[in-house]
Amino acid sequence: MSASPAVSAPLSGRSQANASAPVRIAVKNLDFYYGTFHGLKNINLNFHDRQVTALIGPSGCGKSTLLRTFNRIYSLYPEQRADGEILLDGQNILDPKVDLNELRARVGMVFQKPTPFPMSIYDNVAFGLRLYERLPKADLDLRVEESLRKAALWDEVKDKLKQSGMGLSGGQQQRLCIARTVAQRPEVILFDEPTSALDPISTGRIEELIEQLRDEFTIAIVTHNMQQAARISQFTAFMYLGELVEFGPTTRIFMNPEKRQTQDYITGRFG
Amino acid sequence: MDAVNPLTEAAPRGGAPIGSRVRPSRRLADRTLRIACLLATIIGAVVLGSILLMLIVEGLRGFSATLLTQPTPGPGSEGGGIANAVLGSLILTLIGIVVATPIGVMAGTYLAEYGRGSKLADLIRFLNDVLLSAPSILIGLFVYTLMVRPMGTYSGWAGGVALAIIATPVIVRTTEDMLRLVPGTLREAGAALGAPTSRVIMSVTWRAASAGIVTGVILALARIAGETAPLLFTALNNNSWFNANLMGGVANLPVMIYQFALSPYPNWQSLAWAGALLITMAILALSVVARLVIKTERAR
Repeated sequence: MSASPAVSAPLSGRSQANASAPVRIAVKNLDFYYGTFHGLKNINLNFHDRQVTALIGPSGCGKSTLLRTFNRIYSLYPEQRADGEILLDGQNILDPKVDLNELRARVGMVFQKPTPFPMSIYDNVAFGLRLYERLPKADLDLRVEESLRKAALWDEVKDKLKQSGMGLSGGQQQRLCIARTVAQRPEVILFDEPTSALDPISTGRIEELIEQLRDEFTIAIVTHNMQQAARISQFTAFMYLGELVEFGPTTRIFMNPEKRQTQDYITGRFG
Repeated sequence: MDAVNPLTEAAPRGGAPIGSRVRPSRRLADRTLRIACLLATIIGAVVLGSILLMLIVEGLRGFSATLLTQPTPGPGSEGGGIANAVLGSLILTLIGIVVATPIGVMAGTYLAEYGRGSKLADLIRFLNDVLLSAPSILIGLFVYTLMVRPMGTYSGWAGGVALAIIATPVIVRTTEDMLRLVPGTLREAGAALGAPTSRVIMSVTWRAASAGIVTGVILALARIAGETAPLLFTALNNNSWFNANLMGGVANLPVMIYQFALSPYPNWQSLAWAGALLITMAILALSVVARLVIKTERAR
């Protein structure tokens, strides 16, 4: 049985995977532990420059865990630990000597729930900029505008930059968070189920946005929504029980999966 | 009542009055509990109401033109006011809250942000809870030993420190609780932008919890404004204006009320009533402000 039409239809017309694009993130023999629980088992995977890679799989399969190793956000929690190598442009970011704050400025992250800070829209976007760059006011203004434009939010908020970011709608808040991440000019952006708390219209806008952001950034996205993975990604990794089952160009994973488990999952037989 | 076949008569038949199937004993239990709760509420409200009513009537009788302009009168002299006690109370409470707020907020921040899961934090939290419920006279005696005895004199400073010791655990507790209510995703979002923990705390978590923390400080203020026991051994009292350097006894409302209410002089007694009304209104006002802060935060 081939993939269902609902899944394959959106694939047409999308840009094809470019496997010859340089590797931005290379995961090598990665294991991850929550205390004694072995959350990720020997993961090997490459993320290509300016491509969208979707991580799919049933709940608890480790896809968010994997995403959270790329900016080492897990190290906020002392009982979590990663073994192996993750090379970002050739540098192993799991090396204890790596400066976490610098790493996180290079690898941005957008979360499942919008997380606007309790401050104005302007200050939200400027938050990351003010951490490491001392920009004159005029330049800061420009960067904030540029970031809000890239996040397709500028037209909606340009007259109320001084208002609290908490007052925006859920979809706007999520785009604000994207603007905040983009403002730092990272190399990689991680999306952890960015639309699962949003309505279909907001979801559509975020998906369009991710498509545009691909021109500039390498993107990894965790999603529960297989249609979404099919619509917006060039590569897809299917994970199950902490293991990487199958990885490849999205068209091939959805049209012609090699593994039985992958096929069962994308056709909705389990998950 | 006719015997009912449970297999055929499972559902109530049309026409039967609603509630007719409820057993009378249950109905009785329901009514009894309702009346008991209502009675208890009335008793509580009547007691509180009569205290307030008496306080207002007697307190207003004690109000005079000189109440807030003159210091407390000596024994046997007429008139007088409580201006020195009002000012003294303001100063002591201010010292207490100014000392307690930074310590309390910082310690609460340690417990909620840095000390998560650490044994030291658990120990501090336990000791803080002990301090929270320590009898306030004990704290008065502690500061007496620590400051009054070595310095050889009662002082406003000792009074302020005693009040600070009472306010601190309140602020520690509310700060920690309010910071814990801030979702972890907000901290992660801050960290994910490359912000150091200190920066995330100062510009994100504190801000997100600010209304709660401010409320905690206001409630601590209300708590120490009416404390008597810790001041008996520290600031004591003073029947005239106190020294500007706060050495020696410092007049304050709670101790003034305590001493004047027990005195044989009618003008002292009515000043005590006026002072009691004043302090009650001040605490009421603080509680209202605290509620407003929470309300405006929720509305945001």
